[in-house]
Amino acid sequence: MVNYYNPTAEAASHQPKFDVNKDYGTPASTSTETVCIEIDGVTLTVAEGTSVLRAASLANINIPKLCASDNLKAFGSCRLCTVQITGMRGYPASCTTPVKEGMVVTTQNDDIAKLRRNIMELYISDHPLDCLTCSSNGDCELQDVAGAVGLREVRYGFDGDNHLDAKIDDSNPYFTFEPSKCITCSRCVRACEEVQGTFALTIEGRGFASKVSAGTSDENFMSSDCVSCGACVQACPTATLMEKSVIDKGQPEHSIITTCAYCGVGCSFKAEMKGEEVIRMVPYKGGKANQGHSCVKGRFAFGYATHKDRVTEPMVRDNIDEEWRVVSWDEALAFSANKIKNIQAKYGRDSVGGITSSRCTNEETYLVQKLIRAAFGNNNTDTCARVCHSPTGYGLKATIGESAGTQTFESVMQSDVVMVIGANPTDAHPVFASMLRKRLRQGAELIVVDPRTIDLLNTAHINANHHLPLKPGTNVAMINAIAHVVISEGLEDKNFIEKRTDEYNAWREFILDEVNSPEAMQNITTVDAERVRVAARAFAKARNGAIYYGLGVTEHSQGSTMVMGIANLALATGNIGREGVGINPLRGQNNVQGSCDMGSFPQELPGYQHVSDDLLRGKFEKSWGVTLDNEPGLRIPNMFDAAIEGTFKAMYVQGEDILQSDPNTQHVQAALSSLECLIVQDIFLNETALYAHVFLPGSSFLEKDGTFTNAERRINRVRKVMKPLAQYADWEVTQKLSNALGYPMNYQHPSEIMDEIASLVPTFSQVSYKKLDEQGSIQWPCNEEFPDGSPIMHVESFPIGNGRFAITPYLASEDRANKRFPLLLTTGRILSQYNVGAQTRRTANHTWHEEDLLEIHPNDADERGINDGDWLGISSRAGETVLKAKLSERMQSGVVFTTFHHPISGANVITTDSSDWATNCPEYKVTAVQVEKVTSPSAWQTRYKEFSEQQKEHFKRSPKKQKNTIGS
Amino acid sequence: MTIKMFIPRESTALSLGANGVADALKDYSTEYEIELNLIRNGSRGLFWLEPMVEIETLHGRFAYGPVEAPDVSSIMQDILTNVLSNHTQKHRLALGLTEELTFLKKQTRLTFARAGITDPLSLDDYLAMDGFTGLSNALAVTSQEIVTTVVDSGLRGRGGAAFPTGIKWQTVHDAPSDKKYIVCNADEGDSGTFADRLVMECDPFMLIEGMIIAGLAVGADEGYIYLRSEYPVADEILQEAIVIATKAGYLGANICGSGKIFNLEVRLGAEAYICGEETSLLESLEGKRGEVRFKPPLPAIEGFFGKPTVVNNVLSLSAVPYILSQGGKAYQQYGANRSRGTLPLQLAGNVKQGGLIELPFGSTLQSLLNDFSGGTESGRPIRAIQVGGPLGAYLPPSKFDIPLDYEAFTMASAVLGHGGIVIFDDTVDMLEQARFSMEFCVDESCGKCTPCRIGSTRGVEVIDRIKDGENRAANMALLSDLCETMINGSLCAMGSMTPIPVTSAYRDFPEDFDLPSSNTVLQETNHG
Repeated sequence: MVNYYNPTAEAASHQPKFDVNKDYGTPASTSTETVCIEIDGVTLTVAEGTSVLRAASLANINIPKLCASDNLKAFGSCRLCTVQITGMRGYPASCTTPVKEGMVVTTQNDDIAKLRRNIMELYISDHPLDCLTCSSNGDCELQDVAGAVGLREVRYGFDGDNHLDAKIDDSNPYFTFEPSKCITCSRCVRACEEVQGTFALTIEGRGFASKVSAGTSDENFMSSDCVSCGACVQACPTATLMEKSVIDKGQPEHSIITTCAYCGVGCSFKAEMKGEEVIRMVPYKGGKANQGHSCVKGRFAFGYATHKDRVTEPMVRDNIDEEWRVVSWDEALAFSANKIKNIQAKYGRDSVGGITSSRCTNEETYLVQKLIRAAFGNNNTDTCARVCHSPTGYGLKATIGESAGTQTFESVMQSDVVMVIGANPTDAHPVFASMLRKRLRQGAELIVVDPRTIDLLNTAHINANHHLPLKPGTNVAMINAIAHVVISEGLEDKNFIEKRTDEYNAWREFILDEVNSPEAMQNITTVDAERVRVAARAFAKARNGAIYYGLGVTEHSQGSTMVMGIANLALATGNIGREGVGINPLRGQNNVQGSCDMGSFPQELPGYQHVSDDLLRGKFEKSWGVTLDNEPGLRIPNMFDAAIEGTFKAMYVQGEDILQSDPNTQHVQAALSSLECLIVQDIFLNETALYAHVFLPGSSFLEKDGTFTNAERRINRVRKVMKPLAQYADWEVTQKLSNALGYPMNYQHPSEIMDEIASLVPTFSQVSYKKLDEQGSIQWPCNEEFPDGSPIMHVESFPIGNGRFAITPYLASEDRANKRFPLLLTTGRILSQYNVGAQTRRTANHTWHEEDLLEIHPNDADERGINDGDWLGISSRAGETVLKAKLSERMQSGVVFTTFHHPISGANVITTDSSDWATNCPEYKVTAVQVEKVTSPSAWQTRYKEFSEQQKEHFKRSPKKQKNTIGS
Repeated sequence: MTIKMFIPRESTALSLGANGVADALKDYSTEYEIELNLIRNGSRGLFWLEPMVEIETLHGRFAYGPVEAPDVSSIMQDILTNVLSNHTQKHRLALGLTEELTFLKKQTRLTFARAGITDPLSLDDYLAMDGFTGLSNALAVTSQEIVTTVVDSGLRGRGGAAFPTGIKWQTVHDAPSDKKYIVCNADEGDSGTFADRLVMECDPFMLIEGMIIAGLAVGADEGYIYLRSEYPVADEILQEAIVIATKAGYLGANICGSGKIFNLEVRLGAEAYICGEETSLLESLEGKRGEVRFKPPLPAIEGFFGKPTVVNNVLSLSAVPYILSQGGKAYQQYGANRSRGTLPLQLAGNVKQGGLIELPFGSTLQSLLNDFSGGTESGRPIRAIQVGGPLGAYLPPSKFDIPLDYEAFTMASAVLGHGGIVIFDDTVDMLEQARFSMEFCVDESCGKCTPCRIGSTRGVEVIDRIKDGENRAANMALLSDLCETMINGSLCAMGSMTPIPVTSAYRDFPEDFDLPSSNTVLQETNHG
């Protein structure tokens, strides 16, 4: 991760404005001391520890450089940034020379010029002279420096020893490695180490034979440890590592800053464009969440946006056995409005509802729930957070008063012990994982509470890690055991507890009960009590202890209990309200935080304002000009149940593939089949759309303006880089539907929607597009109290005054392994694919993950005679499916794992209705299953394949379809 | 009666058949029922006489050399009939009393005082010759007093850079840290050098003692000897010596009952010349690619695994026991100008009498040649001498009178370095030698910085063109430019010093480059 520039620490006012697009050569110094130096007659004051190169650069004196980059530690290999310094011998490299008080530096004279020119001459004596036809022509640092130093001839000639015949490695689908153009600056190697933390690259050989290598000599990038994060490509100053899209299409001509639409990290990217075409996505150094880093998804997997499968015209049908009819927008919206009105007339106002999208913008989500509440006239709105982080909302609201993570990502750089529970950041939140790994390499301790040996545990160059490989479904037992150790060994933060918390004594009595001791819980968690004690002590004794958690916490029958258990631990150890600590839910999708904030849940209006509160509701009624229902509406599972019962008949689903992502697929199929009108708004004809009556083409994140809110409550701007392929952005479609339903909406731009949100949501009261453009991003709360936003929450107090301890007794999951289903299935994500895979499957990311596999411990495989690649039938009390086996030591015996990135895998055919007691969040992470070798797909898979193919025919044969395909 | 005899177990002697001689000697003694106490000692460093066999008498040790196995029986007869009875020698390989050998008598052996005399793994021998008195003195004073003693001695880094050892120690001493290290640079890679190896093979306890004292001085409790992997004998001897010293309580958790800790390990090098450069050495020692680090930060502040670290050459650390035993002043009184103490010189190349010569600084090459060399092996006149390893200048006879001290050599654009002296006779082609120097850099550059990585390869190519007579003037100008670029632009001494032998070759031997003696195209390059 780059050391992000902090303007207050560095630049004095008389110096040129800090330019986030400029490479200052070496990272900013964190020192608060300053020194005064003179460079080329210019006197300037910079932070102690700043390099001469950076100091000069801040004064806009630009010393040539090739191996230096401000997201990497100084290296000193290219020798082009040499300068002369009064009192120092020779020609020190300015990148590796720190400023000293009174230093007098000369960056240009004849001697320096000659030295630089001669060094450049050496470089070019081993470099192809194909600048005009080179892919980096126009964006090549080597070319720039050759120009800057005035190289005019290469006296060595070109028939000496060289690397011009080095073979190209184009094994990676997104970039090529062309070693003949390599200048061995090691920037790629250093970026892989320092920024990404993967250590896939190295320099092999020595002297003139030194070359960049992805491992051993016969390994290429694809077969190496490379995770294709793109840090090396970004670091490369030549065309050696280059995006294939640039090779194919040439240099982009303009760029727009926007926000990635994949996971909850919320990386900022520069969409580099030619006209309306995105040539490449380059992580933006000014993005405060990612600080210039990226992962394989955001960096490269954007081609889905123009994939030929994009549906760009509205379609309707009366019955799902019919072919689709392509219609005009007006017709489609009128068709939809009529259906909804008729259904409501026939079955009542509450017979319709909708689902907001955690992939769409805040503004779009806000509009959908507004449409449901104001135009449908009920509170039957829910969102995919129901199936992921709803327990976070419940649990954190109950204990610390706000349903959100407490920190910035960067805060982890001040953590001393980091506890990761039920999360797999290297795969699901890769850019945050890189930052975390950097901190671990600096010496922070890691505690992983997870059934699997996740990759984070394999971080290179870390000193201490603790793995507590608990049995799935026993989180609460574990967190209670940890808290028991803290309290029983007197390691709690008494001062914090006294000043900042309530209800401690009751909790203390509860947690001290012997049933919560690690020794007692050992039988439940299967983790050795002493290991738990050691980890608990490490966490409690740390100066700063931080907790990061994911869906492995929430997606359980005790999800909400576990979230409260986590809060208890943070409160008891005083790890809240400052840098380096906190409770940090890692959000799965780009705008899960935002969709929750925007009032997607049936019981809460935007800003978590309860529908039953007359005062709060009244505020919305006044603004929206309608009377709102004061009763919470249906949650997603209730909608399904009601549909099967016949009381719920129509659904408006925006940007969410509930058929594939929700548990117990066959139950969902039954529910969707029962609807009289299913309106699906999506960029692809997704699995849910197979059951739809109306298909409204959606717009990708590249096609609209808006905001996403990431896991650190950071509101980031999404900017339109191309016009919507289907004419309208999603917010416009919702608005049109509302108008068709007779509830007028008339926003000209998403900024107006944000203004309305700001007027109704107290924590957003000072958020505006203007401020977002000025600040880059804002972490809510942003109001009169915190006009610039709130990076760290709960510094002085909690929204509910004091933090509240909650009693969290452990109860076993309903779905326990038994004789019939002796294994526990848990599900999750892998790096290259995202969620239901609708996007990533339509990119070259499939190269890394073509199909979902069932990971099984070799012992369990052995017992069943299973080998790698065997077809396995997996059955649970909900259903069965068939997947290929992958033997894996990262599993514990008795636990199997799969992903749900491919619809035909039917991972959710097996998952059950079991759910969190408080929020109905499904228990994806624990399903009792049996596994056996089979020879053919499951009955469900056969049926589903047939159905899916039939639906594709309905789509293909729809009139006008052929001419509407886009791209190739 | 038991006869006590000595045959070295040192690499040079071994490579010349010392084990065969020892076997023959054992066979002889068995056959003739002689009670033989055969000591495998170190070498005295008179290599043209190895394997040297010695016999102990009341008058001292008598030597024979160079001995081959077939000589054993005649030597034994000489011993039995002459040496042991009337202290005379009649054998053709007889050398007389070892101590009386001119080559040894003219030396001032402080560091090599025990070399070849003792059994390298005999603690008793070591203790009998002043061993561990330096350590016991060090244990009696404060760490600052140890540092001060070393500062007072004027000892400078014997690896070649000649940085004052005491100042380095003071820096590490003053650096606050929970952990510090002593690292011994034993990656002796200069052509024609062997002094480090001799110390380790002949007197390992001295190095161990020096490292323990260094640890006490700076507050380090852990030491590593980064040993050239091509020194298997030294490895074996060091490993054994460490075990012995640990058992005897000199190493470990309670040094001589003082409560002080020092643990020591040998790590084998990565077969790279560049790993003799201290920062590359540290990278390699950490298990990484042996690549140069930039300085600052100095290893004394951020060294091994980022902790304050003393990195000293074998000879520097080996000088320490004497200094602590006899006092800084005793050491300081030897030498000339700012170069204090003694310098172990290593005479090699085309020379009749090669070996180890320890002398106080201030002598000259010429007197060295006169007193020790015995002329060239080929018998032809000397044309050039390369001093200071592969990065040192080739000196013509006109410069043989430069005093052997660091500053005098620097003034003459030459390098004293680690004290390696390689002699060439008048058949040497200095253009080939210049090419060889560049090629050495091609082979040994770590590849990190551009001037060294690409420059050395281009240097060889340019010299080849000069050799072929291709645009000679332009290519000479280019070579000169390249040398300047490497000197001014390289990250470490490897790249910046490679031009020293190259430029010395065309400056002092212009005729080999078909250049007129007073060349105007070439300008003296700046060695700043």
